[in-house]
Amino acid sequence: MGEPATKDVLSLDELEVAGQLRTGRKHILSILVENKPGVLTRIAGLFARRGFNIDTLAVGPTADEKISRITLTLDGAKHPIDQVTKQLHKLVNVIKIRDLEPQDTLSRELALFKISADDSGRAEVMQICEIFRAKIVDVSRRSVVVEVTGTCDKVDAFERLVRPFGLVEMGRTGEIAIARGRGET
Amino acid sequence: MRAVDALMECLKAEGAEVVFGLPGGANLPTYDAFCDAGIRHILVRHEAGGGHAAEGYAKATGRVGVALATSGPGATNLVTPICDAMMDSVPVVFITGQVRTELLGTDGFQEADTIGITMPIAKHSFLIQQPLELPRSIHEAFHIARTGRPGPVVVDIPQDLSRAAITYEPVSDVRLPGYQPTTEGNQKQIRLAAKALANSRRPVIYAGGGVVCGEAGTELIEFATADRFPVTCTVMGLGAFPAPHEQWLGMLGMHGTRSANYAIDEADLICAIGARFDDRVTGQLTEFAPRAKFIHIDIDPAEISKNVPAHIPIVGDARNILPRLTAAYRALAPDPARLEGWWSRIRAWQQRHPLRYDDSADSEIKPQFMIEALYEATAGEAIVTSDVGQHQMWTAQYFHFSRPRQWINSGGLGTMGFGLPAAMGAKVGRPDQTVVCIAGDGSVQMNAQELATCVQEGIAIKVFVMNNGYLGMVRQWQELFWDGRYSHVETGPWPDLVKLAQAHGATGMRCADKRTLVTDFKEALAIDGPVLVDVRVTREENTFPMIPAGKPARDMVG
Ligand SMILES: Cc1cc2nc3c(=O)[nH]c(=O)nc-3n(C[C@H](O)[C@H](O)[C@H](O)COP(=O)(O)OP(=O)(O)OC[C@H]3O[C@@H](n4cnc5c(N)ncnc54)[C@H](O)[C@@H]3O)c2cc1C
Ligand SMILES: Cc1ncc(C[n+]2csc(CCOP(=O)(O)OP(=O)(O)O)c2C)c(N)n1
Repeated sequence: MGEPATKDVLSLDELEVAGQLRTGRKHILSILVENKPGVLTRIAGLFARRGFNIDTLAVGPTADEKISRITLTLDGAKHPIDQVTKQLHKLVNVIKIRDLEPQDTLSRELALFKISADDSGRAEVMQICEIFRAKIVDVSRRSVVVEVTGTCDKVDAFERLVRPFGLVEMGRTGEIAIARGRGET
Repeated sequence: MRAVDALMECLKAEGAEVVFGLPGGANLPTYDAFCDAGIRHILVRHEAGGGHAAEGYAKATGRVGVALATSGPGATNLVTPICDAMMDSVPVVFITGQVRTELLGTDGFQEADTIGITMPIAKHSFLIQQPLELPRSIHEAFHIARTGRPGPVVVDIPQDLSRAAITYEPVSDVRLPGYQPTTEGNQKQIRLAAKALANSRRPVIYAGGGVVCGEAGTELIEFATADRFPVTCTVMGLGAFPAPHEQWLGMLGMHGTRSANYAIDEADLICAIGARFDDRVTGQLTEFAPRAKFIHIDIDPAEISKNVPAHIPIVGDARNILPRLTAAYRALAPDPARLEGWWSRIRAWQQRHPLRYDDSADSEIKPQFMIEALYEATAGEAIVTSDVGQHQMWTAQYFHFSRPRQWINSGGLGTMGFGLPAAMGAKVGRPDQTVVCIAGDGSVQMNAQELATCVQEGIAIKVFVMNNGYLGMVRQWQELFWDGRYSHVETGPWPDLVKLAQAHGATGMRCADKRTLVTDFKEALAIDGPVLVDVRVTREENTFPMIPAGKPARDMVG
């Protein structure tokens, strides 16, 4: 196609639509917001209004006390991500949004699992914990509580393995993420 | 001084010369401050009237409108105007009273979660939590309302904070790190657009409300006439391009002209400027302009590729972009003759399918005739507001708007009851102009109370009610698409609109004979003060042409 700065002929047939709508993969959005009341409601409301599902959401302070970081993940197979980020940008309290590239991103999530583990299963559960470098943080006669950190995939895998022992309950924080290397997220 | 006195200073500093409002417990302090502030306050009869008046003021002048209400019911009465302003990108600051801070969240007397209720329908909102925040928030509210894509901003002030003593220091800067609208278009994209235009053989310019609120009317004409680009406008864009112009195709969309819709249907390149591809324009998206590529110029990046994928998006202010696009296009010196085939096709449509209706042979007033008569009686010069329904579409079709801000209506939300208070606001903003409201008999009853405001304040609007005794637009749909089964659409001859006008202290008139209509209208326009004219029109006339919902433009009926 003709470079815009040149005099080349531009055939309309060559024009392609800008921006891809559905990416088909998981997205981690890192959103810096002003630390003001109601900001989370605005963000959540925007998703709700368009019928978008937020998979995970984590909110916390940043190095600057006036700014909080919201990390949220959502499925690009279901939702047009670029439209969402544009809408988010429109919120006055949203300062910056990064759609983090998975390969350039460090992401972690913390999870607590309460697993039934009587005498027969306990050793096996502890073995799994070791492989996953999970910590046993509480033990009772019939169950253990385990703390796992890692990527979302790792936590998923851990869950799959311990489920057969009897998963009493679990809690997950949702991922937080920052970019690898020197640059700011 | 009290925080509310600082509020008055802020309003003055922002150039707010008039405020539309109605007092109550939670904003008593604000009303006390009005006594000494030297700002014009217009006491409305219903907060929705005040909200729409502020919109009308903003749309007529391009300045920010201001509406005030108390907490609870006052604030909830503003919900419709706030949403209306959001949908149509109207810069209005809505200031609401709130219960005292210690009562927040306790179901206190007249408490409503105004910020929560309005969050999805406002561009932004502020709940004041410290009296000292008030001045900054007010300035930021005005800044946000008027810049970028304009819109409504809500400021909610708890009663106790509004009474607090503060030292007021004028605020000259706004600190909004997350709010930086893009106004300047990307030069590379502009050049690309110019090239695409130079290569197109069947181009159409599709201009919308963004050209009006972006004050880019002159720039649009320059651009369109850089070649012989055919121009169509949305309902919101009418007036952005002068209707009596040889390149003018008329409005597009559901009730647009055949020539505009057919041109869109066959276009190879559509240049959308400040228009948002509303479903009343596109119909079924897959059928919309199936042969075209799209240039999309819009100040709001979230509009790009929202409904229709843009091939050449240009984010920025139309007023910044259009002159540069015109220059880039001229520099390419394309051969104007390449558009000749396109124009002969368009001229054929125009000849075969002009806007038309069957006029009556007797004294009966056809609704279309009523609009033509009003166009004649006002010499096409008046500022015109409308309500929502058939009369709105006929006005859009038959009143040929020739300049931006001449036409004020509710397009996005389609709010019945918008027209009369909007006319009131427009007249306050443009006292030098004739301001006419074309209302429906259904719609006018939704905010007729503001006639009293007009009388009290000497706001000489002229309201022409197209009285068909029906909720006409809904009746039309029931007739055409629901087998003619009329369900709750007949309103009959009540109330007596002449008496209604008189009861409010305005002049009431009735017209039922088309032969004297133009002179009757001229007479009404010449009367001092507010006038309401009850115009009895054909009861069951349909608004045509029309693209039935979900059908392509080719299948227009009527
Ligand atoms: C009964 C009824 C029937 C209707 N039938 C029709 C119909 O037949 N045809 C029709 O067209 N409409 C019709 N409408 C109106 C329709 O619902 C929409 O309101 C209208 O089409 C939207 O107009 P618009 O695209 O110009 O956008 P607007 O709502 O006017 O939005 C303006 C756009 O311009 C952008 N913008 C703002 N400022 C700037 C700037 N400075 N520079 C660049 N861009 C800017 C904004 O971001 C936005 O995208 C009807 C409404 C009703 C109630
Ligand atoms: C507040 C509100 N309620 C309902 C509607 C749905 N509606 C759209 S047009 C219309 C009929 C309007 O009747 P009228 O004002 O008499 O105008 P006409 O169509 O007869 O010209 C209705 C009820 C609306 N747009 N706004």
